[in-house]
Amino acid sequence: MIKVEKRNDVSRSIYFLTPVLAIFLTLFGGGIIFFILGFNPIEALKFFFITPISDLYGLSELLVKATPLCLIAIGLSFCFKSNNWNIGAEGQLIFGGIVGGGVALIFYNHDGFYVLPIIILSGAIGGMLFAMIPAILKTYFNTNEILVSLMLVYVAKLLLDYLVVGPWSNPEGFNFPETRQFSESARMPILFDGLRIHAGIFITLITVFLSWIILYKTYLGFQIKVSGLSLKTAKYAGFKGKTMIIIVFMISGACAGLAGVGEITGPIGQLHRNISPDYGFTAIIVAFLGRLNPIGIIFASLIVALTYLGAETAQIFLQVPKYTGQVFQGMILFFLLGSDYLLFFKIKFLGLKKNEL
Amino acid sequence: MYKLFLRSLISVLFLLGFSLNANAEFKVGFVYVGPTGDHGWTYQHHEGRNAVEALGIKTTYVESVPEGADAERVIRQLAQSGHDLIFTTSFGYMDPTNKVAKDFPNVKFEHATGYKREHSNVSTYSARFYEGRTLLGHMAGKMTKTNTIGYIASFPIPEVIRGINAMTLAAQKVNPDIKTKIVWVFTWYDPGKESEAAQALIDQGADIIMQHTDSTAPVQVAEKAGVWSFGQASDMQRFAPKSILTSIIDDWAPYYVERAIAARDGTWKQQDTWHGLKEGMVAMAPYNSAMGSNLVKEVEQLQKDLASGKVHSFTGPIYDQKGNILVAEGAVADDGMLAGMNVYVKGVEGDIPQ
Repeated sequence: MIKVEKRNDVSRSIYFLTPVLAIFLTLFGGGIIFFILGFNPIEALKFFFITPISDLYGLSELLVKATPLCLIAIGLSFCFKSNNWNIGAEGQLIFGGIVGGGVALIFYNHDGFYVLPIIILSGAIGGMLFAMIPAILKTYFNTNEILVSLMLVYVAKLLLDYLVVGPWSNPEGFNFPETRQFSESARMPILFDGLRIHAGIFITLITVFLSWIILYKTYLGFQIKVSGLSLKTAKYAGFKGKTMIIIVFMISGACAGLAGVGEITGPIGQLHRNISPDYGFTAIIVAFLGRLNPIGIIFASLIVALTYLGAETAQIFLQVPKYTGQVFQGMILFFLLGSDYLLFFKIKFLGLKKNEL
Repeated sequence: MYKLFLRSLISVLFLLGFSLNANAEFKVGFVYVGPTGDHGWTYQHHEGRNAVEALGIKTTYVESVPEGADAERVIRQLAQSGHDLIFTTSFGYMDPTNKVAKDFPNVKFEHATGYKREHSNVSTYSARFYEGRTLLGHMAGKMTKTNTIGYIASFPIPEVIRGINAMTLAAQKVNPDIKTKIVWVFTWYDPGKESEAAQALIDQGADIIMQHTDSTAPVQVAEKAGVWSFGQASDMQRFAPKSILTSIIDDWAPYYVERAIAARDGTWKQQDTWHGLKEGMVAMAPYNSAMGSNLVKEVEQLQKDLASGKVHSFTGPIYDQKGNILVAEGAVADDGMLAGMNVYVKGVEGDIPQ
């Protein structure tokens, strides 16, 4: 007979240590997988987690990859903390990219310091408006935000497909599904010559800082926290639930939109069908791995970014299948959720009583 | 102090030796857009890589590299880790390939199906798949009972439109009543979408299915529905043994071997390659005997004539959908026209998505 009991006293330090434990378990599990695949586990792990960041270029790439993940996850933390399940960050990212990219095309061959800020702002607004659709439908029509936000991802993807194939395709591009390369004034400034790390990282850092202030120092942050802990309490306290739901979705969407516009004006430099390798979905893992905490999310985004880089390096040097990267992401989440369960619940093994036999 | 100096000297020499050693070995890198097991596009590039490896040349590949921001990093990493020749095997790698090529003038780059050669160390290559489509059109025109050919198309780029037109022209030559119905799926690889498209075309009366996408789904749907089909990129016969009449095979191996040897021996030069049946970059899988020995003989003869240049896929008169003349009687379309082809010929139904 096994009995599961809720624990009442969960220590705060252990709560923040379990993600670290999950990472160690993942490394261990990964080593076993490499061993089964016939690779030397120590060597494979070294190529996976150390080689990619052993030079400046690698570090810069890590930040390039972590920037959108961190931004989106920060936004998602507002939603998740208040029990609003925005699963459609990918769609908000793409829509932000579409709006920002459209503005960049309007300003094609147009110089001026104001061009880039306008593009970035419009991308954020685009993502924000797109995220308001599931929020408004939830608050006024009682729809399920998980379904609506998820389905809107496909809407955004198809809209992007339509635009880059049709009206926005490069007139000199032989009908290939991509727009022109944006002009220099529409591109994120590169921070160091020869590296791809761009000014988008400052946007991310500012966002992290502002989120921390909003979440921990403002009335709104307090409302978000209380609603997350108990909706009934929030209602009893007289919080305006509807406004808060719309605001958290707006913040979340704006962050995803910023990530999208950062990608197209940063490393990509144009709109095409593949502006995001599912950053919006991976960011969900990042948000939970980071404990929905701004600082935690920074670390989580770096670790998850590293699994992408590592998968490439391990394939280049050892020909390890590239999908091990996704296996690692899955394992991290699995071990985190598993240790959370044991953290919040006690499992008691009881002997069988006579009358149960 | 002396010891420290000695130690650092040794480590510097060691590092130097290591890096020289790394440079000494000639290596070839490949960047794939899909998984090596797609049985289509990437699978065939991987076969090409195997042929290079069989020469005793060391090769590396990275599969499923998204065509977005990640491509540049992967290409750069291959260049940085001592690869001397890098094949980037999808259109979406065009700008990243040229960007990396600028920073690694001593590394040679080969980009498939693109048109940008911004630096002297970038070559481009593609195959004249449309010659294979001409053969498919001939068979389709003869085999169809409903006079309707179903065509699953990926993106409205010249390469795909060229294939549709070449097929339709050849089919019309043997069967003037032929109609080509097209479903655009806007993907290169999506078995779900491809099977839906195949089913939709069959429901509209198509009894021949062909596709310019990479999965085996369309031929499998055709097999189930009992209509004829053609394999794409690799020999897909075993996925639909009854239904497949033949497959167009992309055979990159001879080109990869030739370019790898040239790069190793220092004779590599920038070029734009467009090879077809003649050079063997486009090859045909064995013809299905179900179409009758007469038709097999006809098609084999046509294949020889296309390879020798006696027959050209785009010989005039060719008209567009509105009846305007595109290629005059007796003339053949030149490569410039083929490269930028963006109108359907007469007999194709619907409009090109714009």
